[in-house]
Amino acid sequence: MAGHLLRRLIQAAAVMVLAALVSFLLFNYVGDPVSSMLGQEASRENREELRERLGLNDSFVVQFARFAGHAVQGDFGISYRLQRPVAELIAERLPATVELVLASALFAVSLGVGLGIFTAIRRDTWISRAVLAVSLVGVSLPTFVIGIGLIYLFAVTLGWLPSFGRGDVVHIGWWTTSFLTSSGLKAVILPAVTLGLFQMTFILRLVRAEMLEVLGADYIRTARAMGLTERMINTKYALRNAALPVITIIGLKLGELIAFSIVTETVFQWPGMGLLFIQAVSFADIPIMAAYLFMVAFVFVAINVLVDLLYVALDPRLRGQETAA
Amino acid sequence: MKYLPIILAAVLLLAAPARAENVLRWASQGDAFTMDPHAQNEGQTRTFAQTVADALINRKPDLSKVPGLAMSWNMTSPTTWEFKLRPGVKFHEGQAFTADDVVFSFKRALMPTSDMKDLIASVADVIAVDPMTVRITTKTPDPILIDEITNIFIMSKSWAEQHQVTVPPDMASGKESYSSRHVNGTGPFKLELREPDVRTVMVKNPDWWGLKENPHNVDRIIYTAIRNPATRVAALLSGELEFLLDPPVQDIARIEASGQFTIQRTPSPWTIFLGMNAGGKELTSSSVKGKNPFADIRVRKAVNMAIDVNAISQRIMRGFAQPAGQLVPPGVHGYDATIDKPLGFDADAAKKLLTEAGYPNGFDVRLDCPNDRYLNDEPMCQAIVGMLARVGIKVTLDLKPRTIHFPKVQNKQTDFYLFGWGTDTTDAHNHLYFLGAPNSVWNATAYKDAALFADIDKIAVEIDTAKRDALIKDVSLRLRDAYTYVPLQHPIIAWATKKGVDVPIVLDNLPHFAYARFGN
Repeated sequence: MAGHLLRRLIQAAAVMVLAALVSFLLFNYVGDPVSSMLGQEASRENREELRERLGLNDSFVVQFARFAGHAVQGDFGISYRLQRPVAELIAERLPATVELVLASALFAVSLGVGLGIFTAIRRDTWISRAVLAVSLVGVSLPTFVIGIGLIYLFAVTLGWLPSFGRGDVVHIGWWTTSFLTSSGLKAVILPAVTLGLFQMTFILRLVRAEMLEVLGADYIRTARAMGLTERMINTKYALRNAALPVITIIGLKLGELIAFSIVTETVFQWPGMGLLFIQAVSFADIPIMAAYLFMVAFVFVAINVLVDLLYVALDPRLRGQETAA
Repeated sequence: MKYLPIILAAVLLLAAPARAENVLRWASQGDAFTMDPHAQNEGQTRTFAQTVADALINRKPDLSKVPGLAMSWNMTSPTTWEFKLRPGVKFHEGQAFTADDVVFSFKRALMPTSDMKDLIASVADVIAVDPMTVRITTKTPDPILIDEITNIFIMSKSWAEQHQVTVPPDMASGKESYSSRHVNGTGPFKLELREPDVRTVMVKNPDWWGLKENPHNVDRIIYTAIRNPATRVAALLSGELEFLLDPPVQDIARIEASGQFTIQRTPSPWTIFLGMNAGGKELTSSSVKGKNPFADIRVRKAVNMAIDVNAISQRIMRGFAQPAGQLVPPGVHGYDATIDKPLGFDADAAKKLLTEAGYPNGFDVRLDCPNDRYLNDEPMCQAIVGMLARVGIKVTLDLKPRTIHFPKVQNKQTDFYLFGWGTDTTDAHNHLYFLGAPNSVWNATAYKDAALFADIDKIAVEIDTAKRDALIKDVSLRLRDAYTYVPLQHPIIAWATKKGVDVPIVLDNLPHFAYARFGN
């Protein structure tokens, strides 16, 4: 187990370095931040001088080494656009994204698993068919269309929910939460549904497929022959065996939620990291882009490692292989 | 406890007073970069600066100059201006305003890390003659100095010293400056809460000196940047905003049709145009070698005639543009509507000119175009490709974000480009210099005309208004008739406000909230 963990951690570190390198290579193509940093009347000399002092004229290797050297100390530099330390900006935006992802994960998992089980057990009812038909919308419509559609329905036409922002927040130490105010709770509904809809339908269909497969297995037939109640069979034998692939996928999908939150945050002006990143891209705000990509890579790697370990914990067969290897 | 002020502000906000306040909630695409009045010469940043601070001379929404922190001013010699300051003015945090603050602010705005230094580059020295008199001397006569200084906002010297912000923030320092989120001006509103990209709250300054002449009734301003255009419109329609600075042109009809909003329109002091590399030996993006098609004035004129600027204004800009015939836009000093007549679309005449110039079958060239800078820049360029194809000029389009497009123009690495220019000084010299002068950062035409350049320089120092205006007209005409540029359109800006709220529209697109009103 310890050997397995160590191997995974070394692999993870290698992936991180590679991700940082690739994202840094991309910055050669985002253009010149100085053209947005200085006013239009700034002279050629002033532009060149600022470029020099920011180190933008240095070679790729020098720039990367400087970034990596500072990054390992937790220093991601200062944002060109907002002129504030990047680490502080990300720490400020992190709660908004995390809360949005949590809310939409809660929505996606609870509704996805629940409806998945329901449509698998009662597969021939009209409700199941309706649920499956509607879920097609969730997979096929792009996030921003869903978001704008929800805004026009619930904010403009019905006037029930706000169209943008996070509402009022409460500060708890350095964390800010919108879960403790009524305007904050109202504000999170539409973005969370928008972000989670695709994942919800995905989980629904996956749970349903896994359940159907398991329900057709021999040991379920045996259980039934033994006279166990349907409830016992469904929860104890079917669901547990269907859970393993579902957990893996949910874990990976959680990473996707963070990545996809860029679009949702832009549509709802949700003040999270995704919005910060999008604004950084149009400004060529390299320090923020570097830190964000580095962080997203970290989240994905961390989730992968965790899912891997969870797998081992859940499936005794994998533990056996591990000791043999 | 550094979040204490934010917590307190949030609590205050939650516990909003029962008295009906006039709260002006507004939005636009992008937030100000900083609260420091000298760090960034950028539109939204200047809007915030003029809301919390005053300059020696302020501007009204019609952009006319009115006394600000200076009550009067006069030119005592061609290179000297004297300003009598307004007595009894206090900064938001209580410091008394004196000549020392003016001297300090100007010197700060001239420092290397200031982004305002190029705007007032003519200033040689600023001295306090007495506590209520300031003298500014310039290196050469500067007839538009008093226009330029409307953008130089006055900070408190003692406040800056107390918070170690006597120097504008250095973006390469890696550290945040206190002035990026705090400001202490003398203006009509005080900054109450600043959360960049999230929310900025300003409250009425009850001690503002201007309240006597301009007793406005805006108690609180809440600004949110909303990046997505559809969300901005939704926020307005759902009643969450009183004022939207930049409604998308395709939604304006719908906003108006709802009957709850007023749309104001005005031409803006901007010109969107194409530039041609007229001075290069050959075009790097063309297969024509050994000569430069754009070096021939007949080719440049043909390009001008082949582009239907009326169609661009009507169809692509949906009427939110005025067809342009020259570079100097309406609303700036020196603008002459008689020069601003489009040459006229005539594909046959264009083809004839191309044949005369030796290109009966046209030629090929690349058009560099930004896709995130000007309203509808991408469809505009696509339409231009089609229009030029009709006269045989085969254009390949290179669409790039502004961060890549701008350096191409600055480094003159483009043969043919879309660009736009708007002025900060409301004077034609700004346009003529930056687009006409050979040493300008933003002139990639490489056009050579020594006499024209000499006259552009003369406009900068001529203090006789009549002579200067004649020079401006002459230079505008000569630059237009060199056909190095294809003036396309002057954008028309539109503001949307909830009925019952008046925010007078301003040409330069920067709202003046002290002139906003609730009710009638």
